[in-house]
Amino acid sequence: MVNQSSIREQLSTEIQDIYNVLDTVLDPEVPVLTVVDLGIIRNVRKENGTIQVDICPTYSGCPALDVIAIDIKFALDQACFTNSKVNYILDQPWTTNWISEDGKRKLKEYGIAPPQGSPDKGQLGEMDKTIICPICDSKNTEMISAFGSTACKSLYRCKDCLEPFDYFKCH
Amino acid sequence: MNKDLHNYIIQLGDNSLILGHRISEWCGHGPVLEQDIALTNIALDHVGQARMYYQLAATMEPGKTEDDYAYLRTVTEYKNLLLLEQENKDFGYTIARSFYYDQFHLLILRVLKSCGNKDLSEIAAQAYKEVSYHCRFSSDWVKRLGDGTEESHRRIQRALDEFFPYTAEFFAPSEADNYMAGKYGVDLSKLSSQWSVIVENIVREATLTMPTTPYPQLGGKQGRHSEKLGFILTELQYMQRTYPNSTW
Repeated sequence: MVNQSSIREQLSTEIQDIYNVLDTVLDPEVPVLTVVDLGIIRNVRKENGTIQVDICPTYSGCPALDVIAIDIKFALDQACFTNSKVNYILDQPWTTNWISEDGKRKLKEYGIAPPQGSPDKGQLGEMDKTIICPICDSKNTEMISAFGSTACKSLYRCKDCLEPFDYFKCH
Repeated sequence: MNKDLHNYIIQLGDNSLILGHRISEWCGHGPVLEQDIALTNIALDHVGQARMYYQLAATMEPGKTEDDYAYLRTVTEYKNLLLLEQENKDFGYTIARSFYYDQFHLLILRVLKSCGNKDLSEIAAQAYKEVSYHCRFSSDWVKRLGDGTEESHRRIQRALDEFFPYTAEFFAPSEADNYMAGKYGVDLSKLSSQWSVIVENIVREATLTMPTTPYPQLGGKQGRHSEKLGFILTELQYMQRTYPNSTW
Protein backbone atom coordinates (compact mmCIF):
# COMPACT_ATOMS: atom_id res chain seq x y z
CA MET A 1 0.00 0.00 0.00
CA VAL A 2 1.31 3.41 -0.96
CA ASN A 3 1.29 5.87 1.90
CA GLN A 4 -0.60 9.16 1.65
CA SER A 5 2.39 11.47 1.62
CA SER A 6 4.02 9.76 -1.34
CA ILE A 7 0.72 10.05 -3.26
CA ARG A 8 0.72 13.76 -2.53
CA GLU A 9 4.32 14.09 -3.67
CA GLN A 10 3.54 12.21 -6.83
CA LEU A 11 0.50 14.37 -7.44
CA SER A 12 2.26 17.61 -6.85
CA THR A 13 5.05 16.67 -9.27
CA GLU A 14 2.42 15.86 -11.84
CA ILE A 15 0.62 19.15 -11.20
CA GLN A 16 3.95 20.92 -11.52
CA ASP A 17 4.48 19.20 -14.88
CA ILE A 18 1.04 20.37 -15.97
CA TYR A 19 1.88 23.93 -14.97
CA ASN A 20 5.03 23.67 -17.08
CA VAL A 21 2.88 22.67 -20.05
CA LEU A 22 0.44 25.53 -19.36
CA ASP A 23 3.39 27.91 -19.32
CA THR A 24 3.86 27.16 -23.02
CA VAL A 25 0.29 28.15 -23.97
CA LEU A 26 0.24 31.71 -25.31
CA ASP A 27 -2.56 34.25 -25.15
CA PRO A 28 -3.64 34.47 -28.81
CA GLU A 29 -4.18 38.23 -28.59
CA VAL A 30 -0.95 39.03 -26.75
CA PRO A 31 1.25 36.21 -28.03
CA VAL A 32 4.20 36.90 -25.74
CA LEU A 33 2.28 36.17 -22.54
CA THR A 34 1.57 32.63 -21.46
CA VAL A 35 -1.71 31.88 -19.74
CA VAL A 36 0.32 31.47 -16.54
CA ASP A 37 1.92 34.93 -16.96
CA LEU A 38 -1.52 36.38 -17.54
CA GLY A 39 -2.77 34.97 -14.24
CA ILE A 40 -5.91 33.34 -15.62
CA ILE A 41 -5.05 29.83 -14.37
CA ARG A 42 -6.97 29.67 -11.11
CA ASN A 43 -6.57 26.03 -10.16
CA VAL A 44 -5.14 22.75 -11.46
CA ARG A 45 -6.13 19.48 -9.83
CA LYS A 46 -6.70 15.81 -10.58
CA GLU A 47 -10.13 14.37 -9.89
CA ASN A 48 -10.90 10.70 -10.60
CA GLY A 49 -8.13 10.56 -13.19
CA THR A 50 -9.23 13.75 -14.97
CA ILE A 51 -7.06 16.86 -14.92
CA GLN A 52 -9.27 19.84 -14.12
CA VAL A 53 -7.94 23.23 -15.17
CA ASP A 54 -9.94 26.25 -13.91
CA ILE A 55 -9.48 29.43 -15.91
CA CYS A 56 -11.12 32.83 -15.53
CA PRO A 57 -11.96 35.33 -18.27
CA THR A 58 -10.08 38.63 -18.38
CA TYR A 59 -13.14 40.41 -19.85
CA SER A 60 -16.66 38.95 -20.09
CA GLY A 61 -16.72 39.23 -23.85
CA CYS A 62 -13.11 38.22 -24.47
CA PRO A 63 -13.29 36.26 -27.73
CA ALA A 64 -9.92 34.65 -26.98
CA LEU A 65 -11.25 32.65 -24.04
CA ASP A 66 -12.64 29.74 -26.05
CA VAL A 67 -9.48 29.62 -28.16
CA ILE A 68 -7.39 29.56 -24.98
CA ALA A 69 -9.42 26.62 -23.64
CA ILE A 70 -8.86 24.71 -26.90
CA ASP A 71 -5.14 25.58 -26.88
CA ILE A 72 -4.79 24.35 -23.29
CA LYS A 73 -6.44 21.03 -24.09
CA PHE A 74 -4.30 20.64 -27.19
CA ALA A 75 -1.06 21.37 -25.31
CA LEU A 76 -1.97 18.92 -22.56
CA ASP A 77 -2.85 16.26 -25.15
CA GLN A 78 0.52 16.76 -26.84
CA ALA A 79 2.24 16.31 -23.49
CA CYS A 80 0.32 13.04 -23.00
CA PHE A 81 -2.10 14.45 -20.41
CA THR A 82 -4.97 13.24 -22.56
CA ASN A 83 -7.72 13.25 -19.97
CA SER A 84 -8.26 16.92 -19.17
CA LYS A 85 -11.10 19.36 -18.81
CA VAL A 86 -11.02 23.17 -18.83
CA ASN A 87 -13.58 24.93 -16.63
CA TYR A 88 -14.54 28.59 -16.63
CA ILE A 89 -14.86 30.20 -13.23
CA LEU A 90 -15.68 33.76 -12.20
CA ASP A 91 -14.79 33.90 -8.53
CA GLN A 92 -12.67 35.99 -8.00
CA PRO A 93 -12.81 38.32 -10.98
CA TRP A 94 -9.52 38.54 -12.85
CA THR A 95 -7.38 41.60 -12.20
CA THR A 96 -4.26 42.95 -13.87
CA ASN A 97 -2.59 42.58 -10.45
CA TRP A 98 -2.33 38.87 -11.31
CA ILE A 99 -0.07 39.43 -14.31
CA SER A 100 3.34 38.15 -13.23
CA GLU A 101 6.39 40.42 -13.05
CA ASP A 102 7.87 38.30 -15.81
CA GLY A 103 4.68 38.89 -17.81
CA LYS A 104 4.93 42.66 -17.33
CA ARG A 105 8.52 42.61 -18.56
CA LYS A 106 7.52 40.58 -21.64
CA LEU A 107 4.68 43.02 -22.37
CA LYS A 108 7.05 46.00 -22.33
CA GLU A 109 9.58 44.20 -24.57
CA TYR A 110 6.73 43.46 -26.98
CA GLY A 111 5.88 47.19 -27.12
CA ILE A 112 2.80 47.14 -24.88
CA ALA A 113 2.96 49.35 -21.80
CA PRO A 114 2.18 47.08 -18.81
CA PRO A 115 -0.62 48.08 -16.41
CA GLN A 116 0.52 50.88 -14.12
CA GLY A 117 -0.98 51.37 -10.70
CA SER A 118 -3.65 49.22 -9.17
CA PRO A 119 -7.24 48.63 -10.29
CA ASP A 120 -8.43 49.29 -6.76
CA LYS A 121 -11.35 51.52 -5.98
CA GLY A 122 -11.00 54.93 -7.51
CA GLN A 123 -8.48 53.93 -10.19
CA LEU A 124 -10.78 51.73 -12.26
CA GLY A 125 -11.84 53.51 -15.40
CA GLU A 126 -9.27 56.18 -14.59
CA MET A 127 -7.18 57.15 -17.59
CA ASP A 128 -5.56 60.39 -16.45
CA LYS A 129 -2.43 59.01 -14.87
CA THR A 130 0.89 59.14 -16.66
CA ILE A 131 1.61 56.12 -18.81
CA ILE A 132 5.26 55.46 -19.60
CA CYS A 133 6.14 54.82 -23.25
CA PRO A 134 7.33 51.20 -23.59
CA ILE A 135 9.71 52.17 -26.40
CA CYS A 136 11.62 55.21 -25.11
CA ASP A 137 10.47 55.32 -21.44
CA SER A 138 9.20 58.86 -21.82
CA LYS A 139 6.43 60.08 -19.53
CA ASN A 140 5.34 62.58 -22.17
CA THR A 141 2.48 60.50 -23.57
CA GLU A 142 -1.19 61.03 -24.34
CA MET A 143 -4.21 58.76 -24.67
CA ILE A 144 -5.71 58.48 -28.15
CA SER A 145 -8.55 56.15 -27.18
CA ALA A 146 -9.57 54.36 -24.00
CA PHE A 147 -10.40 51.31 -26.09
CA GLY A 148 -7.67 49.75 -28.22
CA SER A 149 -7.28 46.81 -30.54
CA THR A 150 -8.58 44.41 -27.89
CA ALA A 151 -10.81 44.86 -24.83
CA CYS A 152 -7.84 44.80 -22.45
CA LYS A 153 -5.88 47.62 -24.11
CA SER A 154 -6.02 51.39 -24.62
CA LEU A 155 -4.31 53.30 -27.40
CA TYR A 156 -1.64 55.87 -26.53
CA ARG A 157 0.90 58.01 -28.35
CA CYS A 158 4.34 59.06 -27.21
CA LYS A 159 4.96 62.76 -27.76
CA ASP A 160 8.76 62.29 -27.62
CA CYS A 161 9.45 59.31 -29.90
CA LEU A 162 6.13 59.92 -31.72
CA GLU A 163 5.28 56.21 -31.75
CA PRO A 164 1.75 55.04 -31.01
CA PHE A 165 1.56 52.18 -28.52
CA ASP A 166 -0.89 49.92 -26.71
CA TYR A 167 -1.38 50.20 -22.96
CA PHE A 168 -2.61 47.14 -21.06
CA LYS A 169 -5.15 48.97 -18.90
CA CYS A 170 -5.74 48.38 -15.21
CA HIS A 171 -8.60 46.02 -14.63
CA MET B 1 -37.26 26.62 -10.37
CA ASN B 2 -37.51 30.01 -8.69
CA LYS B 3 -39.44 31.92 -11.36
CA ASP B 4 -38.77 35.40 -9.96
CA LEU B 5 -35.04 34.87 -9.69
CA HIS B 6 -34.97 33.34 -13.16
CA ASN B 7 -36.91 36.28 -14.60
CA TYR B 8 -34.54 38.68 -12.91
CA ILE B 9 -31.49 37.00 -14.44
CA ILE B 10 -33.18 37.06 -17.85
CA GLN B 11 -33.95 40.78 -17.39
CA LEU B 12 -30.25 41.45 -16.81
CA GLY B 13 -29.22 39.23 -19.72
CA ASP B 14 -31.71 40.83 -22.10
CA ASN B 15 -30.54 44.34 -21.19
CA SER B 16 -26.97 43.35 -22.00
CA LEU B 17 -27.79 41.49 -25.19
CA ILE B 18 -30.07 44.10 -26.72
CA LEU B 19 -27.83 47.07 -25.93
CA GLY B 20 -24.79 45.05 -27.05
CA HIS B 21 -26.51 44.25 -30.33
CA ARG B 22 -27.52 47.87 -30.90
CA ILE B 23 -24.01 49.16 -30.23
CA SER B 24 -22.53 46.44 -32.45
CA GLU B 25 -24.49 47.96 -35.36
CA TRP B 26 -21.84 50.70 -35.29
CA CYS B 27 -19.12 48.23 -36.27
CA GLY B 28 -17.56 49.61 -39.43
CA HIS B 29 -19.67 52.80 -39.26
CA GLY B 30 -18.07 54.71 -36.35
CA PRO B 31 -17.43 58.45 -36.84
CA VAL B 32 -13.68 57.85 -36.56
CA LEU B 33 -11.67 54.64 -36.32
CA GLU B 34 -10.88 54.96 -32.59
CA GLN B 35 -14.54 55.42 -31.65
CA ASP B 36 -15.60 52.61 -33.97
CA ILE B 37 -13.18 50.33 -32.09
CA ALA B 38 -14.33 51.67 -28.71
CA LEU B 39 -18.00 51.02 -29.50
CA THR B 40 -17.23 47.53 -30.76
CA ASN B 41 -15.25 46.74 -27.60
CA ILE B 42 -18.14 47.97 -25.46
CA ALA B 43 -20.63 45.89 -27.48
CA LEU B 44 -18.42 42.87 -26.87
CA ASP B 45 -18.49 43.48 -23.11
CA HIS B 46 -22.29 43.61 -23.16
CA VAL B 47 -22.70 40.46 -25.22
CA GLY B 48 -20.18 38.66 -23.01
CA GLN B 49 -22.14 39.71 -19.93
CA ALA B 50 -25.38 38.54 -21.56
CA ARG B 51 -23.82 35.11 -22.09
CA MET B 52 -22.90 34.83 -18.42
CA TYR B 53 -26.46 35.67 -17.34
CA TYR B 54 -28.02 33.28 -19.86
CA GLN B 55 -25.63 30.50 -18.87
CA LEU B 56 -26.65 31.03 -15.26
CA ALA B 57 -30.36 31.05 -16.18
CA ALA B 58 -29.87 27.83 -18.16
CA THR B 59 -28.57 26.05 -15.05
CA MET B 60 -31.97 26.70 -13.44
CA GLU B 61 -34.05 25.39 -16.32
CA PRO B 62 -33.29 21.80 -17.36
CA GLY B 63 -32.70 21.27 -21.07
CA LYS B 64 -32.02 24.94 -21.85
CA THR B 65 -28.81 26.50 -23.11
CA GLU B 66 -27.74 30.13 -23.41
CA ASP B 67 -28.60 30.00 -27.13
CA ASP B 68 -32.25 29.16 -26.42
CA TYR B 69 -32.67 32.46 -24.61
CA ALA B 70 -30.93 34.54 -27.27
CA TYR B 71 -32.17 32.86 -30.43
CA LEU B 72 -35.49 31.20 -29.73
CA ARG B 73 -37.58 33.65 -27.75
CA THR B 74 -40.14 35.99 -29.26
CA VAL B 75 -40.45 39.74 -28.73
CA THR B 76 -42.94 39.43 -25.86
CA GLU B 77 -40.63 37.05 -23.98
CA TYR B 78 -37.81 39.61 -23.92
CA LYS B 79 -37.60 41.67 -20.72
CA ASN B 80 -35.08 44.37 -21.63
CA LEU B 81 -35.61 48.03 -20.82
CA LEU B 82 -37.32 49.95 -23.62
CA LEU B 83 -34.49 52.48 -23.75
CA LEU B 84 -31.99 49.87 -24.87
CA GLU B 85 -33.89 48.81 -28.00
CA GLN B 86 -34.11 52.41 -29.27
CA GLU B 87 -32.33 52.99 -32.55
CA ASN B 88 -28.80 54.35 -32.82
CA LYS B 89 -29.89 57.23 -35.08
CA ASP B 90 -26.72 59.31 -34.79
CA PHE B 91 -23.67 59.29 -32.52
CA GLY B 92 -25.40 61.70 -30.11
CA TYR B 93 -28.40 59.41 -29.59
CA THR B 94 -26.10 56.43 -29.14
CA ILE B 95 -24.10 58.28 -26.51
CA ALA B 96 -27.21 59.58 -24.71
CA ARG B 97 -28.73 56.09 -24.51
CA SER B 98 -25.50 54.59 -23.16
CA PHE B 99 -24.91 57.48 -20.78
CA TYR B 100 -28.29 57.10 -19.04
CA TYR B 101 -28.00 53.34 -18.88
CA ASP B 102 -24.28 53.04 -17.97
CA GLN B 103 -24.77 55.18 -14.87
CA PHE B 104 -27.74 53.06 -13.80
CA HIS B 105 -25.93 49.83 -14.72
CA LEU B 106 -22.94 50.72 -12.52
CA LEU B 107 -25.22 51.46 -9.56
CA ILE B 108 -27.14 48.21 -9.86
CA LEU B 109 -23.95 46.16 -10.31
CA ARG B 110 -22.47 47.77 -7.20
CA VAL B 111 -25.44 46.49 -5.20
CA LEU B 112 -25.48 43.10 -6.91
CA LYS B 113 -21.81 42.39 -6.37
CA SER B 114 -22.29 42.41 -2.62
CA CYS B 115 -25.78 40.84 -2.58
CA GLY B 116 -26.39 37.44 -1.00
CA ASN B 117 -26.80 35.55 -4.26
CA LYS B 118 -23.34 34.13 -4.94
CA ASP B 119 -23.83 33.41 -8.66
CA LEU B 120 -25.13 36.90 -9.41
CA SER B 121 -22.53 38.61 -7.27
CA GLU B 122 -19.72 36.83 -9.14
CA ILE B 123 -21.02 38.01 -12.53
CA ALA B 124 -21.64 41.51 -11.18
CA ALA B 125 -18.10 41.79 -9.81
CA GLN B 126 -16.70 40.91 -13.23
CA ALA B 127 -19.10 43.21 -15.10
CA TYR B 128 -18.56 46.11 -12.69
CA LYS B 129 -14.98 46.57 -13.85
CA GLU B 130 -16.01 46.70 -17.49
CA VAL B 131 -18.93 49.05 -16.88
CA SER B 132 -16.62 51.47 -15.04
CA TYR B 133 -14.94 52.04 -18.41
CA HIS B 134 -18.31 52.31 -20.18
CA CYS B 135 -19.35 55.09 -17.78
CA ARG B 136 -16.14 56.91 -18.40
CA PHE B 137 -16.59 56.65 -22.17
CA SER B 138 -20.22 57.78 -22.37
CA SER B 139 -19.99 60.59 -19.80
CA ASP B 140 -16.82 61.96 -21.43
CA TRP B 141 -18.65 62.08 -24.74
CA VAL B 142 -21.70 63.79 -23.24
CA LYS B 143 -19.33 66.51 -22.02
CA ARG B 144 -17.40 66.77 -25.29
CA LEU B 145 -20.56 66.98 -27.38
CA GLY B 146 -22.34 69.31 -24.98
CA ASP B 147 -19.34 71.59 -24.62
CA GLY B 148 -18.35 71.20 -28.29
CA THR B 149 -19.83 72.98 -31.28
CA GLU B 150 -23.26 74.53 -31.55
CA GLU B 151 -24.28 71.59 -33.73
CA SER B 152 -23.02 68.88 -31.34
CA HIS B 153 -24.58 70.70 -28.37
CA ARG B 154 -27.95 70.88 -30.11
CA ARG B 155 -27.88 67.22 -31.12
CA ILE B 156 -26.82 65.71 -27.78
CA GLN B 157 -29.43 67.85 -26.02
CA ARG B 158 -32.09 66.61 -28.43
CA ALA B 159 -31.05 62.99 -27.80
CA LEU B 160 -31.02 63.44 -24.01
CA ASP B 161 -34.49 65.01 -24.17
CA GLU B 162 -35.94 62.31 -26.38
CA PHE B 163 -34.57 59.36 -24.40
CA PHE B 164 -35.21 60.76 -20.94
CA PRO B 165 -38.82 59.42 -20.61
CA TYR B 166 -37.43 55.89 -20.92
CA THR B 167 -35.21 56.27 -17.86
CA ALA B 168 -38.26 56.06 -15.58
CA GLU B 169 -38.34 52.34 -16.32
CA PHE B 170 -34.97 51.84 -14.57
CA PHE B 171 -36.70 52.47 -11.25
CA ALA B 172 -40.19 51.04 -11.94
CA PRO B 173 -40.00 47.61 -10.31
CA SER B 174 -41.18 44.43 -12.00
CA GLU B 175 -42.26 41.42 -9.92
CA ALA B 176 -38.74 40.09 -10.31
CA ASP B 177 -37.30 43.40 -9.06
CA ASN B 178 -39.60 43.27 -6.04
CA TYR B 179 -38.45 39.74 -5.30
CA MET B 180 -34.79 40.84 -5.46
CA ALA B 181 -35.50 43.80 -3.18
CA GLY B 182 -37.20 41.62 -0.60
CA LYS B 183 -34.83 38.68 -0.71
CA TYR B 184 -31.46 40.27 -1.48
CA GLY B 185 -31.91 43.97 -0.73
CA VAL B 186 -31.49 45.02 -4.37
CA ASP B 187 -33.80 47.99 -3.92
CA LEU B 188 -34.32 50.16 -7.00
CA SER B 189 -36.04 52.96 -5.09
CA LYS B 190 -32.79 53.64 -3.22
CA LEU B 191 -30.87 54.06 -6.48
CA SER B 192 -33.16 56.60 -8.12
CA SER B 193 -31.91 59.69 -6.31
CA GLN B 194 -28.26 58.59 -6.58
CA TRP B 195 -28.67 58.21 -10.33
CA SER B 196 -30.31 61.64 -10.67
CA VAL B 197 -27.49 63.39 -8.82
CA ILE B 198 -24.75 61.71 -10.88
CA VAL B 199 -26.48 62.29 -14.21
CA GLU B 200 -27.46 65.89 -13.43
CA ASN B 201 -23.92 66.80 -12.43
CA ILE B 202 -22.49 65.51 -15.69
CA VAL B 203 -25.25 67.13 -17.76
CA ARG B 204 -24.58 70.46 -16.04
CA GLU B 205 -20.83 70.13 -16.56
CA ALA B 206 -21.56 69.50 -20.25
CA THR B 207 -23.38 72.89 -20.36
CA LEU B 208 -26.59 71.00 -21.16
CA THR B 209 -30.04 71.14 -19.59
CA MET B 210 -31.49 68.27 -17.59
CA PRO B 211 -34.71 67.14 -19.28
CA THR B 212 -37.96 66.74 -17.41
CA THR B 213 -40.96 64.79 -18.55
CA PRO B 214 -44.32 63.88 -17.09
CA TYR B 215 -44.76 60.85 -19.40
CA PRO B 216 -42.67 57.85 -18.38
CA GLN B 217 -42.34 55.07 -20.95
CA LEU B 218 -42.76 51.66 -19.29
CA GLY B 219 -43.41 48.05 -20.25
CA GLY B 220 -40.17 46.45 -21.46
CA LYS B 221 -39.70 44.38 -18.29
CA GLN B 222 -43.21 42.98 -18.84
CA GLY B 223 -42.55 42.15 -22.50
CA ARG B 224 -44.44 45.11 -23.99
CA HIS B 225 -41.95 46.35 -26.53
CA SER B 226 -41.80 48.81 -29.38
CA GLU B 227 -41.73 47.47 -32.94
CA LYS B 228 -38.00 48.20 -32.92
CA LEU B 229 -37.20 45.06 -30.90
CA GLY B 230 -38.81 42.94 -33.63
CA PHE B 231 -36.31 44.26 -36.16
CA ILE B 232 -33.40 43.51 -33.82
CA LEU B 233 -34.55 39.93 -33.26
CA THR B 234 -35.16 39.40 -36.97
CA GLU B 235 -31.50 40.06 -37.60
CA LEU B 236 -30.19 38.47 -34.42
CA GLN B 237 -32.17 35.23 -34.82
CA TYR B 238 -32.09 34.89 -38.60
CA MET B 239 -29.70 31.95 -38.77
CA GLN B 240 -31.37 29.90 -36.03
CA ARG B 241 -34.84 30.54 -37.41
CA THR B 242 -33.85 29.75 -40.98
CA TYR B 243 -31.61 26.77 -40.23
CA PRO B 244 -32.92 25.39 -36.91
CA ASN B 245 -30.28 23.80 -34.66
CA SER B 246 -27.43 24.91 -36.89
CA THR B 247 -24.10 25.20 -35.08
CA TRP B 248 -20.73 26.70 -35.91
